[in-house]
Amino acid sequence: MSTVVSRVLDDEVGHLGVFDADACMNCGVCSAMCPLGTDLLPRRVFRYAVLGMKARLHEQSEAVFSCLLCRLCEQNCPASVHITENVRLLRRWLLDHPNEAR
Amino acid sequence: MPLAAREVTGILADNLRMRGSVLPVPSRRATRWATQMGLRKGGPTVLYTGMMYRVVPYVEGLNRLQARIAGTPLARYMWAARLANKATRGYGMTLLARPSAAERAELGRVPANVARLLQAASVDFGYLYEDDLYTGALVYDLGSDEVVGEHARRVAATLRKHGVSEVITIDPHTTTMLRSVFPKFIEGYDIKVRSYLEVLTERGCPGGPQLAPRSGAEVVIHDSCVYARYEDVVDQPRQLLAAAGVKVLEPGQAGRQTWCCGGPAESLYPDKALAVAAKRAEQLRAVAPTCVTMCPICLVTLRKAADQGLRVRDISEFLVMARAKS
Repeated sequence: MSTVVSRVLDDEVGHLGVFDADACMNCGVCSAMCPLGTDLLPRRVFRYAVLGMKARLHEQSEAVFSCLLCRLCEQNCPASVHITENVRLLRRWLLDHPNEAR
Repeated sequence: MPLAAREVTGILADNLRMRGSVLPVPSRRATRWATQMGLRKGGPTVLYTGMMYRVVPYVEGLNRLQARIAGTPLARYMWAARLANKATRGYGMTLLARPSAAERAELGRVPANVARLLQAASVDFGYLYEDDLYTGALVYDLGSDEVVGEHARRVAATLRKHGVSEVITIDPHTTTMLRSVFPKFIEGYDIKVRSYLEVLTERGCPGGPQLAPRSGAEVVIHDSCVYARYEDVVDQPRQLLAAAGVKVLEPGQAGRQTWCCGGPAESLYPDKALAVAAKRAEQLRAVAPTCVTMCPICLVTLRKAADQGLRVRDISEFLVMARAKS
């Protein structure tokens, strides 16, 4: 599946609130600690958002919406990323843009 | 996103906008405990339940309904369920999500428990009865900020109408909505918000010296993620339980490192929620056969995942029980 890399998505989500996914350094602490046991949340999803990969983000909507917002990742994030608020803003973007899978 | 998830989110948001709650419950029945206790209406300080202990059993009922529909051809027609819910007068889908009387009764005891504890601590407070409104926590978590913002302004206006300057909450989700989320939506919002666990602890664990004989209970504590990591409520439940003579045991992950009960995923992904809850129940059961929670979502979710080897009870039950023994 083709994707288009751009900053548009990052800007669009950023307009919804304080979105600091680009502070993520992709270290993996969040994924290692997540009670859901997935390796998708949240670092990979954030990368899709920052790179404007709308199709990939839509593919991962189940990961975005199944996040528990429990903040265990955020509590241990070495970069102090506001992970749960970022996830919430991505939910909002997905709800607002149901047809932007391309 | 999956169609069902979109429609479930939509139904909850529609209800909050149209009916003032994700699943509205009859307010007279839900506030009967306060009438029976003779709580005054309003005043500068009020006990505010946000109906969470009332609403959660109905959300659980809706989840059971979804589980029955999932995987059947009916799942493709969730859009029709949303339309029907919007078109229906009165309580909408609440009628289909009705929990058992036992479920309603157990969680319904908690507000009265808290009121008794505050009275015993000589806290002067009133209650808003039919104006004790749900705060919109679940819809906020799902990302529907416009709906929540509008609802937050309605709740704040109701508090102002009653001259409220301080609220005492009884669950973590209502606490964080009123204390940390509402200020984002309402300019000049200045309501002081504290959990009853904080109020009682600030008063020096009232009841502690009065609580004799000691209860002798031994429990493993399950911290709420929202209390521990959003609102910094970690020490208070431990101090109160200790003052009530309850021996508190810590699971491997506790306090700010607590492990989620899985409940927040329940409405959209019940299988994932149950898997997380089962892991947590196992962690807790390894420490003690009785677990204490301080959130209605944790209580319901862990209880569903736990087998007979783990009893799950609300913290207010222990605190009131200790008082009764004193």
